[in-house]
Amino acid sequence: MSRHHRLASAAAVLCLAGLSTSAIADNGEVNVYTYRETKLVQPLFAAFTKETGIKVNVVSASSGLEQRMKAEGANSPADVLLTVDIGRIDEAVQAGVTQPIKSEVIDKIVPAQYRDPDGQWAGISMRARVIYASKDRVKQDSITYEELADPKWKGKICIRSGQHIYNNALFAAYVAKHGEAKAEEWLRGVKANLAQKPSGGDRETARDVAAGKCDLGIGNTYYWALMMNGDPDKKPWAEATRVILPTFADGGTHVNLSGVLLAKHAPNKANGIKLIEWLAGEQAQQMYADINYEYPVRSGVTLNPTIAGYGQLKADPMPIAKIARSRKAASTLVDKVGFDN
Amino acid sequence: MTAGPNTSPVATTISLLAALIVAAPVVSIGILALQPAPDVWPHLVAYVLPQALRDTALLLAGVAVVTLLLGAGTAWLISLYDFPGRRLLLWLMPLPLAIPTYIGAYVYVDLFEPLGLAHRALMLWLPTQDAVALLPNLRSLPGAVALIGVVLYPYVYLSVRATLQYQSAEFIEAARTLGAGKWHVFWRISLPMARPALALGLALVCLETLNDIGASEYLGVRTLTVAVFTTWLNRGSLPGAAQTSCLMLAIVIVLVAIERYGRRNASVEFSSESPRLLQRRPLTGLKGALSFAACFSPMLFGFIVPLLFLINQSVKRGLLSDAGAPLLRDAFNSVGFASLATLLALSLGFAVVFAHRWRPTALRAVTMTIAQAGYALPGLVLAIGLLIPVLAIDNGLNTLAAWLNQPPPGLIIVGSGGAVILAYVIRFLAVPTGLIRAGAERIPRDYDDCARAAGAGHMTAMRRIHLPLLRPAMMGAVIVVFVDCLKELPATLLLRPLNVETLATSIYQYASRGSFEEGALAALLIVAASIGPVAWLTRFSDLPNGPA
Repeated sequence: MSRHHRLASAAAVLCLAGLSTSAIADNGEVNVYTYRETKLVQPLFAAFTKETGIKVNVVSASSGLEQRMKAEGANSPADVLLTVDIGRIDEAVQAGVTQPIKSEVIDKIVPAQYRDPDGQWAGISMRARVIYASKDRVKQDSITYEELADPKWKGKICIRSGQHIYNNALFAAYVAKHGEAKAEEWLRGVKANLAQKPSGGDRETARDVAAGKCDLGIGNTYYWALMMNGDPDKKPWAEATRVILPTFADGGTHVNLSGVLLAKHAPNKANGIKLIEWLAGEQAQQMYADINYEYPVRSGVTLNPTIAGYGQLKADPMPIAKIARSRKAASTLVDKVGFDN
Repeated sequence: MTAGPNTSPVATTISLLAALIVAAPVVSIGILALQPAPDVWPHLVAYVLPQALRDTALLLAGVAVVTLLLGAGTAWLISLYDFPGRRLLLWLMPLPLAIPTYIGAYVYVDLFEPLGLAHRALMLWLPTQDAVALLPNLRSLPGAVALIGVVLYPYVYLSVRATLQYQSAEFIEAARTLGAGKWHVFWRISLPMARPALALGLALVCLETLNDIGASEYLGVRTLTVAVFTTWLNRGSLPGAAQTSCLMLAIVIVLVAIERYGRRNASVEFSSESPRLLQRRPLTGLKGALSFAACFSPMLFGFIVPLLFLINQSVKRGLLSDAGAPLLRDAFNSVGFASLATLLALSLGFAVVFAHRWRPTALRAVTMTIAQAGYALPGLVLAIGLLIPVLAIDNGLNTLAAWLNQPPPGLIIVGSGGAVILAYVIRFLAVPTGLIRAGAERIPRDYDDCARAAGAGHMTAMRRIHLPLLRPAMMGAVIVVFVDCLKELPATLLLRPLNVETLATSIYQYASRGSFEEGALAALLIVAASIGPVAWLTRFSDLPNGPA
């Protein structure tokens, strides 16, 4: 009895799933594989559909999408891949599942530093990796990444795992700037300054600073804004801290990209390019700034007030592609110095 | 040994098929691992493995001890004694299964870290910093042991309870007549007789712990699984990650071997001479209250506290008013996928175990072992391994269609959600196989021989004898597999079709942004979907003097 029920409901699921895929060949659609959470990109896609009449189909995952595209091969339904980090961008390009985005619009809007010279990917929004400093205990208003290894911060820094993609990208930028030997020395210095074993996420880092476990936390710009504006429980964590935009001694603040790539076998290539160009357009860029608390790649877009309150972002000029190539060295160094131990 | 007439080509075929399905992703990971990854191993050996192996071993040992104490202890109390509130506990005890490990970790870190509820309560009496000093450090190895243990104990509870149901009265009554106390009976009779089930439950706990990535990473415990993902994602070496996975597989084979050792000689302990089952002894007064508290506490921490947290977040954030058709559709998808996978896994598990029981050949023993290998791979590694064979079939069908001048069918298995169901079956087939096998080993082979002597075929004997006797084992298997499927995240994320969300993937949409509380309602629906089968099935689990 109940088995029949279950069978029936399972069959219905399959039918539903079948319905959603059977229309793939239609011209009025674009299929997006995304590392960005659906809930975050859904408002953007809804606006895109409203404006263009092109339906957006989505599947989101945390890792492995390029492996799926590779296995799907020429029959892959994917048109566009969205990522949250330069690491994932790099992986997709390495896996050979992309094709150049040939678009004058993108070349014009996105600064050269934030797109691939060969056109394999383009950055669409940015976040900076910054300091959450205790309001009570930290007096200085500026700080360099290099300074984080200074013994004066001994026992005063909190950070999540050194292997997390955000830290991996920051450390890779350090390697790209100063070379492996210097980076190793720096990582050992930062490790010696940690108040506790790396764990938790960027929100917990802010919480630890607020609770007095440490004076400096390292986190992304939008987490702080989300705590400040989104969640009454977490607001005190943000309120006990302030954001300092750190810089490299001879450069600017480390930024990471959410990027967009065009699938090699995109069945709806024209719609895919339309979506990519739309994401770099004014409306989408404004939504990235307002809803997601990110920095737009397009100039002339008004920042969210909380983000603007951090001060003028002076992004480091190091090309993102060069940082991506140092990720492996950074990951290796983290293990070598026992950063997470 | 029962060398019956070979009337089971069907069983052989099905069990071979089961082994083939499970082997497919394992083999494709093996092939990936054959590619050279020259610079990976010197690094891993020098800097990662010593620490990862130590952390993994300590975590596994710690969680095993915690779940052994909580799971076996409560199963023993509930199976052998009657005390106030026992009937309520009967269906509450398995429910921590419905709380995904990473959610348990988030909830407790939120409650017990500085500025959390516990801290604010302490601050009523103490200055802030003194109160901080009193808080437990949950983001640590001991913290991970406690948090993972308290949600995973039901694996041990369910498998041990399935066995203790059929605790033969004579041994225990004999022991009691000889003046043995409760503890003596427990250590010398109940525990050794439950050993196969205990070993199985602990093996499941260890595999689940080994595969966990969310909770370990969050709590700062760097296990082998974390090393696999770092090798793949940060050092860009999928072959290196595949090789590390193979190392994990080797560890799992050792765990399975230990489990085998745990149930060695198990079948000789049971004869058909003692069908009379033990009556539960009443415990009243202080003893009854203590027994209730002992069972209630692990469930309180593993289930009620996370449940209240999720309810509170859902209400406070007004999630209920936003919920609508999409969430219901997600729930429908979850239950549909999980039901079909459970049914398939249970059937395959049965076929594999009984093919071996009816006619134990080396081939069937091997298929049974392979059928249990899927649990050994982390969900995401399994999904990567499954992509290759499944899409080879999908792409092959398209090529075939083109050759026949037919319109291309598209990617049928992945596009229909079939890949998700396959992944669930592969991942969790070890549960029904293990539980049914442990249960079947307690059924004396005399029964099979008698049935055959009476002219009953395999199917009749199965329907009239084995199925009824295996009911507790099957109940346990259905609960565990169904709930595990509802919770499964990494394989579901990677293998599901476009525009299909389940409850677990719906929670994930918020979790990676650090605000998993926004997914509290979806998490509650996972709990709700789990309560149904657990409550329904446990009604039948209380034999012989239960209501069934």
